[in-house]
Amino acid sequence: MIRALGWVLRRDLLLAFRRRGDVVNALVFFVIVVSLFPLGVGPEASQLRNMAPGVLWVAALLACMLSLARLYAPDHQDGTLEQMLLAGEPLVVLVMGKVLAHWLMSGLPLVLIAPLLGLQFDLPGDALAVLCLSLLIGTPVLSLIGAVGAALTLGVRGSGVLVALLVLPLYVPVLIFGAGSVGAVATGTGAEAHLMLLGGFLALALVLAPWASAAALRIAME
Amino acid sequence: MSKKGRFSWYYFSSPQSFYPLAGTLQPWFAALAAVLCAVGLYISFFVAPTDAQQGESYRIIFIHVPAAWMSMFLYLVMGFWSGVGLVLNTRLSSMVATALAPTGALFTFIALWTGALWGKPTWGTWWVWDARLTSELILLFLYIGFMALQAAIDDQRRADKAGAVLALVGVINIPIIYFSVKWWSTLHQGASVSMTSAPTMAKTMLLGMLIMALGFWMYSIAATLARVRCVILERERHTDWVAAEIGGQT
Amino acid sequence: MNWGSWQNFFAMGGYGLYVWGSYAVTLIVLIAEIVALTTRRRGVIAQLAKYYAARRRNDETKT
Repeated sequence: MIRALGWVLRRDLLLAFRRRGDVVNALVFFVIVVSLFPLGVGPEASQLRNMAPGVLWVAALLACMLSLARLYAPDHQDGTLEQMLLAGEPLVVLVMGKVLAHWLMSGLPLVLIAPLLGLQFDLPGDALAVLCLSLLIGTPVLSLIGAVGAALTLGVRGSGVLVALLVLPLYVPVLIFGAGSVGAVATGTGAEAHLMLLGGFLALALVLAPWASAAALRIAME
Repeated sequence: MSKKGRFSWYYFSSPQSFYPLAGTLQPWFAALAAVLCAVGLYISFFVAPTDAQQGESYRIIFIHVPAAWMSMFLYLVMGFWSGVGLVLNTRLSSMVATALAPTGALFTFIALWTGALWGKPTWGTWWVWDARLTSELILLFLYIGFMALQAAIDDQRRADKAGAVLALVGVINIPIIYFSVKWWSTLHQGASVSMTSAPTMAKTMLLGMLIMALGFWMYSIAATLARVRCVILERERHTDWVAAEIGGQT
Repeated sequence: MNWGSWQNFFAMGGYGLYVWGSYAVTLIVLIAEIVALTTRRRGVIAQLAKYYAARRRNDETKT
């Protein structure tokens, strides 16, 4: 089972590496969206500091969602997915491998670049640290929930917009506690409770989402 | 029916036998809904006293709260029938889930609209990011997502099952979303007046709300039964019994 | 609750716009759903009747 997971992970990472333009594009999208906000609301530092957690988190949500189209669709088109369903390994494990690869390619880069963008918004050091930590715990949840949406809309017409419609409402708790944790540092109430709840979401999503995603894949491939 | 006089669930789980049953029951539920709503409206306007704090504007809760209850309740019912359809593979359950969604979305819309109109005199703004209103808004998105997904998939079986998975994911998420939003709104200290726990809730106010909720419930059943009948006809057009039902008359 | 006059009833203590706005939209939405359901049922039946008539004609020409 671990071997199957490693195999899927290696394969997806290799494919992503061959098409690294996609990964870079999602990252650039994140940077551009975040950088547009000061242009829209004005450069006043205190206002920007208040907005930063929300802006960064919403942009992360969108960037993560955009890359969901790459999760299953290419494998669906070239028939690999069908082979995976027929393979003896449990589908949940394969889904886990794909989600992990997706997170490494779309979530992790956001975590790494976020502090830099936080500086643009004049966030203090401790808030930057919490921002990174919250993204580190929160973005896997986004990938996990997104995998369910991606599987449900596989091969459906207009799936790009549809996946946003399905997935974004489900992202609300992650957004609230992710952005809330950074805001809590700024107001001095401490971010532990937020981060622990985010961890709880991660645990819940890890248990339920791969299973739901696998079920949705089976339905899509019937 | 399998045996004389014994009610069998399996008998009515086939669309063919459910179709006439729904047709018989539907007018009764519609009539019940009309009577209950009329009584509820009478209590709301002529029995319930004026609220000491909010004046007459509070009379909006007689539709706002029942509509909000129905919108959440119908999503749960939709999730239940989706689950039944997914596990037992019964077509009728999936059809019921599909038929519930538009009515649920309508009640969500009514709850939002009346909430906004209630908020203006009470809070001074049309929209407040209050926990209840925000959760209702997200619930509306969930309903729209469910309907959009089913509309986008051409294959009927796949549409049923994909919608079912989405509805179940939504059912798991609704409490999480609700408590997140609640935490968030207390943190940001928005509204201080809560819509349901009006301080001087007279017995007649509660009674009016409950009767209106019952009326909306009966209405939902009637509307869903009517919609299920349409869905059954559309999907079972290739069967002989639908041909006899419709083709035979012309 | 005694309103005294119709005027008082419609004024709702100054909140008439909000109260009647809520009730009117609720009524409109529910009636719209009922109308939509009846037209849908009529449409489905008409469409199916046409479909069966065409199928019957098709069968007759074949035999």
